[in-house]
Amino acid sequence: MSSVVLRGFGWRHAGRRAWAVRDVDLEIAHGERVLLLGPSGAGKSTLLAALAGLLPGDSGEQAGLVKIDGPPGIVFQDPQTQLVMARSGDDVAFGLENRGVPAGQIWPRVSDALDRVGFPYPITRPTAALSGGEAQRLALAGVLALRPGLLLLDEPTANLDPDGAALVRDAIARSLDRTDTTLILVEHRVAEALPLVDRVVVLEPGGGIRADGAPEVVFAAYGDRLADEGVWVPGFHIPPRKSPNPPGETLLTAERVAVERRLDPVSMAVAEGEVLAVTGPNGAGKSTLALLLGGLLPPTAGRIDAFADPRPPHKWRASTLTARIGSVFQNPEHQFVTARVADELAVGPRRLGRTPAEITTVVDGLLDRLRLTRLAGANPYTLSGGEARRLSVATALATAPRLLVLDEPTFGQDRRTWIEMVTLLATLRDEGHAVVAVTHDDDFVQALADRVFPLGSLRRPDPLPRRRPS
Amino acid sequence: MSFAAHPVADPAAPLARRNPVAKLGAALLFSLPLVATLDPLTPALALLVELVLLPLFGLHYAALARRAWPLLLASGGVLVTMVLFATDRSGNLVVALGPLDVTTGVLSAALGLVLRLFAIALPGVIVFATTDPTDLADALVQNAKAPARFAIGALAAFRLLPLLGAEWQMLTLARRARGLNAGLRQFPATAFALLVGALRRGGRLAVAMDARGFDSGLPRTYARKQNFVRADTLLMVGAAALAAGCLAVTVLTGLFRPIIG
Repeated sequence: MSSVVLRGFGWRHAGRRAWAVRDVDLEIAHGERVLLLGPSGAGKSTLLAALAGLLPGDSGEQAGLVKIDGPPGIVFQDPQTQLVMARSGDDVAFGLENRGVPAGQIWPRVSDALDRVGFPYPITRPTAALSGGEAQRLALAGVLALRPGLLLLDEPTANLDPDGAALVRDAIARSLDRTDTTLILVEHRVAEALPLVDRVVVLEPGGGIRADGAPEVVFAAYGDRLADEGVWVPGFHIPPRKSPNPPGETLLTAERVAVERRLDPVSMAVAEGEVLAVTGPNGAGKSTLALLLGGLLPPTAGRIDAFADPRPPHKWRASTLTARIGSVFQNPEHQFVTARVADELAVGPRRLGRTPAEITTVVDGLLDRLRLTRLAGANPYTLSGGEARRLSVATALATAPRLLVLDEPTFGQDRRTWIEMVTLLATLRDEGHAVVAVTHDDDFVQALADRVFPLGSLRRPDPLPRRRPS
Repeated sequence: MSFAAHPVADPAAPLARRNPVAKLGAALLFSLPLVATLDPLTPALALLVELVLLPLFGLHYAALARRAWPLLLASGGVLVTMVLFATDRSGNLVVALGPLDVTTGVLSAALGLVLRLFAIALPGVIVFATTDPTDLADALVQNAKAPARFAIGALAAFRLLPLLGAEWQMLTLARRARGLNAGLRQFPATAFALLVGALRRGGRLAVAMDARGFDSGLPRTYARKQNFVRADTLLMVGAAALAAGCLAVTVLTGLFRPIIG
């Protein structure tokens, strides 16, 4: 356990004019569990990094002081880049080795930490064979093994599907159960985080702290403002946007399409003016189906017919494809091919041979519609998560395809971007586009989907035996 | 995950379970002296020794062949190069390919090169086929006193490699979705995007490793002890002795052709 004291704390990254976080006065007592909130850009992650001792003096300028009387441990978002070793047990041992823990104590502490997070496999389990939720549990065990007095969690479930996120929250709850570790959690999905905390601190984007206190008190006073700023405050419902019209002409039919070892045969049809949500557990082949419908991957069996073309979409020329079907990938950065936001939007129309005047009209229209005008000259790789998501959708819209295929369009987004996405897709549908969205976001399905296509169960059987049920 | 560099041997085989540093040292001690001579007999003898000892490493000949196929490719390249560009075209004519006289001299020189290629490269292939990367990193730090920053850092980076394949496929598909046809012209841009992604992941991994106290200046302890015992010393001495033996036979038969002089 440890306490935390911040006095007039601020941090400015080297080469930036604005402070990432400033004027923070905060005291956290031994064993308190704090949810740290704030709109994106308020400096939550910077504050956590400072508390974790991960802001070296030469990487920026500090104001005020930070005092922690105990060793901190931190868990980040991305499970892929937190695991160091090839075998699960070795990974937990890694931190203990670094801290110089005597060899005789390492393995008992490893198995104790794995028990605390409910890790269900033997210590030899390859880390590469873990699901996202399991990997994140292992990362948590790796930090707990070091017996931190202060546990810092930076959106630990943001990259996980709902099952994986539940697994990790459960692991956090049970690992805190028997200790008086101080906890600071950054998480914009408030409802899920509330059972883990007893205090909420809200950072003000310009500097300082806006609110601090018991969750019910803070949300009663600031809930609506936080919701407007993008925080998922519980109790603020969003009205659904179902289609007022019946679906129109069928654009695409798939007959028993399959991809070996990735997707079992499925048959489906997609029509104009409808939003079709493809749901199902991880490993069922949702993303593979999106690639098939997007004409990006050839099926190993079955056939797809679309736009009355005798050839299947995966055999179309790339320019023909973009004029008919727009694909939006889960990771927006995969799709960026230029160094400026405006150029990014011009790529598609230029490939279709549009005139410069037409291209300018399309680009300006999309910049305006997706609130990207201010960022027209920015490098796509420097955008925030929500901005990059909007841009990736805009690039798909630039060639005016009738069918849009999106992979997890609302994944990990704050409430504001989420509402923008739902509103935009509803508008496109009402204009007559067909929208297919692969998603495990139940709120998204409830709000927007006119039809749900549930994909079957897990395809890959677990190759290794479990140690014991957790 | 299936990754080409994972060990494929029976880990309990008498030589496979030797200390990784000893295996690496033995491979170097055995193959380096072969560089000293240009005759075909020394590498032929060395190759014979390597193939005879292979079962002691718990490795099947078929498994070795699967691992060593790039060498077959390289030896094909050597043969073509020699036929096209060899200056010494002495010996009897075997076949004339247009302006190129393929003589016994050309073929024996090519054979010598191919034998050298195999004899020098196979020990390394055998070591990596019988060694777990984690064990190698541990042994490098504990027995060869390599800096942990280097050995463990390389091991962690190695874990991210398989992701690059999947990432490359996604980038290629995403480019088609943007209306860009696959092809050589897309290669530099795709490679750049791959590099940007890899650097970001590497950066995040480095921060996560820092957060768990890596390279913090404290002396590290070892969760997995790697021992360097007498059998490991013997393996290295044996490797040096066998290399010397191969050279001695060549010298005695009068075929020794030193690379210098």
